[in-house]
Amino acid sequence: MSEKIIEFKNVNKWYGKFHALKDINLYVNKTEKIIICGPSGSGKSTLIRCINGLEQHQEGSIIVQGMELDNTLKNIDKIRGDVGMVFQQFNLFPHLTILDNCALAPAWVKKIPKKRSEEIAMEYLTKVKISEQANKYPGQLSGGQQQRAAIARALCMQPKIMLFDEPTSALDAEMIKEVLEIMTDLAKAGMTMVVVSHEMGFAKSVADRVVFMDEGKIIEIKKTKDFFENPENERTKLFLSQILH
Amino acid sequence: MNKENIKNWLKVNLFSNWYNSIISLFVLLIILSIIPSLIDWAIIKATFVGKTKSDCKAGGACWVFISVWFEKLIYGFYPDKQLWRVNLAFIILILTITSAFFVKPKIKPYILFFLIFIFPIIGFVLIHGGFGLENVETRVWGGLSLTFMLTFFGIIFAFPLGVLLALGKRSELPVIKYFCIAFVEFWRGIPLITVLFAAAIMFPLLLPANTNVDKLLRVAIGIGIFESAYVAEVIRGGLQSLPKGQYEAAKSLGMSYWKMNFLVILPQAIKTVIPGLTNTFIALFKDTPLIILVGLLELLGMVNLAKSNSYWLGMAVEGYIFVGLIFWFFSYLLSRYTQSLEKKFSTEKH
Repeated sequence: MSEKIIEFKNVNKWYGKFHALKDINLYVNKTEKIIICGPSGSGKSTLIRCINGLEQHQEGSIIVQGMELDNTLKNIDKIRGDVGMVFQQFNLFPHLTILDNCALAPAWVKKIPKKRSEEIAMEYLTKVKISEQANKYPGQLSGGQQQRAAIARALCMQPKIMLFDEPTSALDAEMIKEVLEIMTDLAKAGMTMVVVSHEMGFAKSVADRVVFMDEGKIIEIKKTKDFFENPENERTKLFLSQILH
Repeated sequence: MNKENIKNWLKVNLFSNWYNSIISLFVLLIILSIIPSLIDWAIIKATFVGKTKSDCKAGGACWVFISVWFEKLIYGFYPDKQLWRVNLAFIILILTITSAFFVKPKIKPYILFFLIFIFPIIGFVLIHGGFGLENVETRVWGGLSLTFMLTFFGIIFAFPLGVLLALGKRSELPVIKYFCIAFVEFWRGIPLITVLFAAAIMFPLLLPANTNVDKLLRVAIGIGIFESAYVAEVIRGGLQSLPKGQYEAAKSLGMSYWKMNFLVILPQAIKTVIPGLTNTFIALFKDTPLIILVGLLELLGMVNLAKSNSYWLGMAVEGYIFVGLIFWFFSYLLSRYTQSLEKKFSTEKH
């Protein structure tokens, strides 16, 4: 097998008394695409947000690129530099133009000269096909364009891993397509991706494995084809029957 | 506008129904009874030219009072021969601020840096002395120029401190968090007058003998700290209005705490609280006359002094109207300036 780039070992997390993640064991190989699905409140987002330390776990260990996220680690900013994230609500910075949104982190975090940062930004904006919007502000763009800009912004840090937290849930049907296209391109280019999504079509065409979660537990992990054709658990079957219509 | 239009306008705006008509007539009555006599007093029967009180014989306002005392009202007892230094300092300030309108956005941070860190030093040396300039002690500073100096110092002192306090109040480190909360609550809880008295009278008692911190400096720092508590609360309001996603996005890009705050969070938070900040700074400007209580005479203090001069008794009304107009004018200017900033910074909708 190829090298494990993310590994969860017996991870537990509580919000106060609420047990949000229960004994999570999961690994992600380099260049692998993993889709996490499950009903709302099942802990998918929490799980993915533990990977770059936006949420902290209380028990077990999470290892990203050989570095352990032990909640006190000073290298957390470094890990975040290698792990890009795309959010459901885009979270672009509204006070900056699209170009500046993308060039900000390379210039200030990686200390790349401003001009070069802007070149990098333009490069990725071209890749997500919105280079002509570079000098507009986020508020002037459609949802789909904003999400593509957000993907470009994450890519500008040249991450090794990309996390997508329900990237299409806030979008209209037409816009979902343009965002998924970009994500498919990215997958083909060999990016390691962990995606929380209900887009089963996308999962079938892109994912290597699918994870099904419910009530904070991983119920089932399977190769994509097996997952859709022979789900074992009753809850998985029920979920699939509801979502595949 | 033709007659028909005027009729319509009156009907819609002033006489749309019976109670609006009554209110309109009542207001009109008040205006008619006040304005003519005010104009009569302030302009028609007023005396503008002269050298002494006895030149004012027309029975109206005696603006001679203002013109004779003008220099004192603006500069206090600052020596005549050195006035150019005060003027130069203010000219530099005004030129810097106006230049900010015309330069490229890239240069603006440098202008801000100059205003906050370099200009105060230049201004202080110019007005106070040093580097070959004759020393002018702070006790002869006064008048409108002192009002401005205190306001400017108050703003550039209170603003950065307020920002740090606001961030500190949201810190995850309990020591910092509770220190900032206690600091803000303490300074917000006491009246400004108390701060002034403490700075002017109590503070020197606490210092070792023979050390001497200038009274004006003590008072200015007192005002600055006092205002910083208010600035902190205003900015905290802005910080709270930002969605959590902005913090998460900044963190996910690998930004450290300070980068996240200075590049992403504060620019947005401060932008949303420009009206509140303006309010605080106008209040600061209008609070400066309180320093009269510790023996420092800015504009209002100088008018008080002038009106009790035995040759100029009975000039209080002219003096206070002048002070009122000046304060109103500059408060209005500040308000307009920040409104233009708000417009310029609005990027959400175009």
